[in-house]
Amino acid sequence: MTDRFSIFTLLGEALSGHRGWKPQWRDPAPKPHYDVVIVGGGGHGLATAYYLASQHGIGNIAVVEKGWIGSGNVGRNTTIVRSNYLLPGNIPFYEWSLKLWEGLEQDINYNAMVSQRGVLNLYHSDGQRDAYARRGNAMRLHGVDAELLDRDAVRAKLPFLDFDNARFPIMGGLLQPRGGTVRHDAVAWGYARAADRRGVDILQNCEVTGIRIEGGRATGVETSRGFIGAGKIGLACAGNSGRVAAMAGLRLPIESHVLTAFVSEGLKPLIDCVVTFGAGHFYISQSDKGGLVFGGSIDGYNSYAQRGNLPIIEDVCEEGMALMPALGRLRMLRHWGGVMDMSMDGSPIIDRTDIGGLYLNAGWCIGGFKATPASGWCFAHLIARDEPHRVAAAYRLDRFATGRLLDEAGAGADVALH
Amino acid sequence: MRLTCPHCGNRGIEEFAYGGDADRRRPDGEPFGQAWMDYVYLRRNPAGAHREWWYHASGCRAWLVVTRDTTTHVVASVQEVAR
Repeated sequence: MTDRFSIFTLLGEALSGHRGWKPQWRDPAPKPHYDVVIVGGGGHGLATAYYLASQHGIGNIAVVEKGWIGSGNVGRNTTIVRSNYLLPGNIPFYEWSLKLWEGLEQDINYNAMVSQRGVLNLYHSDGQRDAYARRGNAMRLHGVDAELLDRDAVRAKLPFLDFDNARFPIMGGLLQPRGGTVRHDAVAWGYARAADRRGVDILQNCEVTGIRIEGGRATGVETSRGFIGAGKIGLACAGNSGRVAAMAGLRLPIESHVLTAFVSEGLKPLIDCVVTFGAGHFYISQSDKGGLVFGGSIDGYNSYAQRGNLPIIEDVCEEGMALMPALGRLRMLRHWGGVMDMSMDGSPIIDRTDIGGLYLNAGWCIGGFKATPASGWCFAHLIARDEPHRVAAAYRLDRFATGRLLDEAGAGADVALH
Repeated sequence: MRLTCPHCGNRGIEEFAYGGDADRRRPDGEPFGQAWMDYVYLRRNPAGAHREWWYHASGCRAWLVVTRDTTTHVVASVQEVAR
């Protein structure tokens, strides 16, 4: 009975004992051939399939996923969305993503708990204030909201931070009021449901083991459930991008690294925005369930293990204590790792490859979640029309050879510094 | 994760700094082109055995070549670089 979510279907189900809910997407058998096969059933892959169907009218699409959808990074991140970038190649893309987040729930008829509670980047020195003012100005020139707060304004918002820390006094912050959080699992489920309704086959437990190339053109994927032919293939494999691209003989400007995220025990409402510590790399927000969700940097060595090590956990907790000493009274409930596709300049790749019909979406580093809608939107545009979308035109695979890098951190080809 | 340094014994990973893939080869005297592009930007990035540089920064300061499985973090060997 409940094909479309609304207050009436919810009330109806509440009154009839919730017996009418049905599976939100089908579990189809693979067809021998699809017009487009997307490899990777994470947020980006599912969004790509949805926008291919909804914006470009392509009906015969499959998403192949080695595990279950939502088992990778879309279910492992710290749920933050924002568009507070500096470089002209990045700001329009992430701002388009934030605009898509703002309309997502109506578009896919799914409650993704989009919460624009604000993202506040704290600064701790005069030099950092100037750098943040510059970034805020760049954002405003692109029509993005940004506000530079002084120390008193930050204190009024978050009185419990350690403003007089001897090494890292808080001097103010750059606030993006439209930034915030989105319920990450619901993004995977919502896109999956919306794509399924438009006829996309979501093939779970279907691992790609090879990419068939004939005459310089990709013609399909070998999978654990047999060969699947494809007119076009889009790779959206996040941390496993290097492994899958290697099946087509490609070597990427990417290393896979592990990033750990954390959640504390639940507590009453405390932090009503996303706060980042500017003297290190630490970000924290509070989930609607009450737990404080936080994270820091990657461990810094190649890893596919989805499991980090203790030194970075200690480091993240030290940063948290420097920012917010009250954290020390809380117990950490869980921590978990995800595998990041760290590109050599810290920015993503959405581009064709040298192989006909094979497209690449990778290199999201530690910031792929916020990009999910625009990544899907622009990747779908590229696959359907064979030309890059305007806001993703800088995300070329050949920029490393041509020198047109997008290095927000100015750090060079050392992924641990991005 | 711990590494057994040939000089200092079994030590925690926090004493070491990571230096990346040890099988990259710096082009010798070539002008900038594909070989440099490969060296600077492209990575094998294997899931499995990986030969990699580690520097014992908070110890004997030796550069080590570690063979480690990137899917399990199990260390197969640690060798000091031959001079």
